[in-house]
Amino acid sequence: MSSLSVVALRTIWIKECTRFMRIWVQTLVPPAITMSLYFVIFGNLIGSRIGQMGGFSYMEFIVPGLIMMSVITNAYANVSSSFFSAKFQRNVEELLVAPVSTWIIILGYVGGGVARALLVGSIVTVVSLFFVDLNIHHPVMLVLTLVLTATLFSVAGLVNGVFAKSFDDVSVIPTFVLTPLTYLGGVFYSLSLLPDFWQAVSKLNPVVYMVDGFRYGFLGISDVGIATSVAVLIGFNLALFTVAWQLLKRGVGIRS
Amino acid sequence: MNALEIRDLRKTYKGGVEALKGIDLSVNQGDFFALLGPNGAGKSTTIGIISSLVNKSGGTVKVFGDDIDQDLVKAKSHIGLVPQEFNFNQFETLLQIVVNQAGYYGVPRGIAKERAEKYLKQLDLWEKRNVPARTLSGGMKRRLMIARALMHEPKMLILDEPTAGVDIEIRRSMWTFLKEINQQGITIILTTHYLEEAEMLCRNIAIIDKGRIVENTTMKGLLTKLNIETFVLDLPPNSVKPTLDGFVYRMIDDHSLEVDVPKSASLNAVFSQLSEQGVQVLSMRNKANRLEELFVRLVEDGRANSERGEKK
Repeated sequence: MSSLSVVALRTIWIKECTRFMRIWVQTLVPPAITMSLYFVIFGNLIGSRIGQMGGFSYMEFIVPGLIMMSVITNAYANVSSSFFSAKFQRNVEELLVAPVSTWIIILGYVGGGVARALLVGSIVTVVSLFFVDLNIHHPVMLVLTLVLTATLFSVAGLVNGVFAKSFDDVSVIPTFVLTPLTYLGGVFYSLSLLPDFWQAVSKLNPVVYMVDGFRYGFLGISDVGIATSVAVLIGFNLALFTVAWQLLKRGVGIRS
Repeated sequence: MNALEIRDLRKTYKGGVEALKGIDLSVNQGDFFALLGPNGAGKSTTIGIISSLVNKSGGTVKVFGDDIDQDLVKAKSHIGLVPQEFNFNQFETLLQIVVNQAGYYGVPRGIAKERAEKYLKQLDLWEKRNVPARTLSGGMKRRLMIARALMHEPKMLILDEPTAGVDIEIRRSMWTFLKEINQQGITIILTTHYLEEAEMLCRNIAIIDKGRIVENTTMKGLLTKLNIETFVLDLPPNSVKPTLDGFVYRMIDDHSLEVDVPKSASLNAVFSQLSEQGVQVLSMRNKANRLEELFVRLVEDGRANSERGEKK
């Protein structure tokens, strides 16, 4: 990578991190509060009546899924809203006139999304420690699924930002696609509880593999197998990076 | 090698609007060049293509010899763009905006901060460096965009109506600044609606209308095309209505006389005839910006020629 690209990448990444840190009340505080409520209501109050799931207390079972849920929503929201704002205020032109390659623009924005996702994930993890003792079964799998998921949803947010023509377009996908996929992605239950048909349907949901792989990192239990989880994550990442590159290269939504 | 070399540049937007119909343009290194034209003529499209904000439909663009199709990275690094619309993040501070822009061109942060101080001071914005850009006045925002465009020290600065909506005092200080950086060797291309601005600053000029270049000459050459100037003479109230042999003239009201003076004629002839008739002249002014009249004429001539061409 040329020195120009290194400086440009660092600049975009710092700009993105500065942006979400500047509005920390909107970006960092809400997930901490929301997840605390999940821990209190689902983990403590309802969870204590559910009993064990997969050999662990319900609270222990849902913590990895809830961390992953906050990682997914924050990675996506960061890049989709930041890129769309840049289009809306036209400051994306600052990048388009500069000799910055398409890859560097993608990596810079995705890097910002991953940074926010990991920071929020860390905050939620710290909050969860007030409710449950966490043990890490497989640190490599934990970090791998975490980073690949944050990357995947950051790129997905970028694609959304490229296509978005209004602020409504930025919120439509999280509301009508991301939230259902996450809630039905095994955050709150084990797939083994579902009938065979719904288990098969659930396996079409990519979030299942992320939550499952991440849960394996913490607890050592898996519904779909860790190799499958990693393969699905890598496959979706490659596909979405290619889509994002094609869109930006052709100037979709940013060049006339 | 020219600073800018455009050949047969064409742009057709989705929906079929043909914004550029094959323009040729050359700008010398170190030039102060004006690109004029009415709204929708194709000025911003041309600038957009040069600076990679608009995809061209055909033709070639070379910036300091680097073709935008073959070596876009090098071509881009020669250009600093000051667009017509404010296009910075309104929530970022001035310092963040200019330092980040330098970073996109590969300028390390330490050097970028030094340059930020230099250009923000030169453009009287240093005191505001830590405030969000949205709090600036219109004139300050325009100067911020100039500072931002200079951060990577480009060889060519393109300004798309940089003084639109700026008061005359700030406009003049911007003119002085632009003249200074042009003298230091930066090629400047300017689009403007203020023809006085083009006359004051630019050595060469192109007029574009409906996607075609209708005139491309030196500013001096353009001004020689002015054949007639109209003067308004203020007379004492209720003056005798004068007669002027050899001139076209009219009384606008009881104390204002309007006279068309051909280039071949002398103003002395007007004054001597008025003196003979005992008519006093209190003051005199140009009726309108003479360049504006010429501009309108050239655009109208260009349209008439193009209509004749299309009928063929």
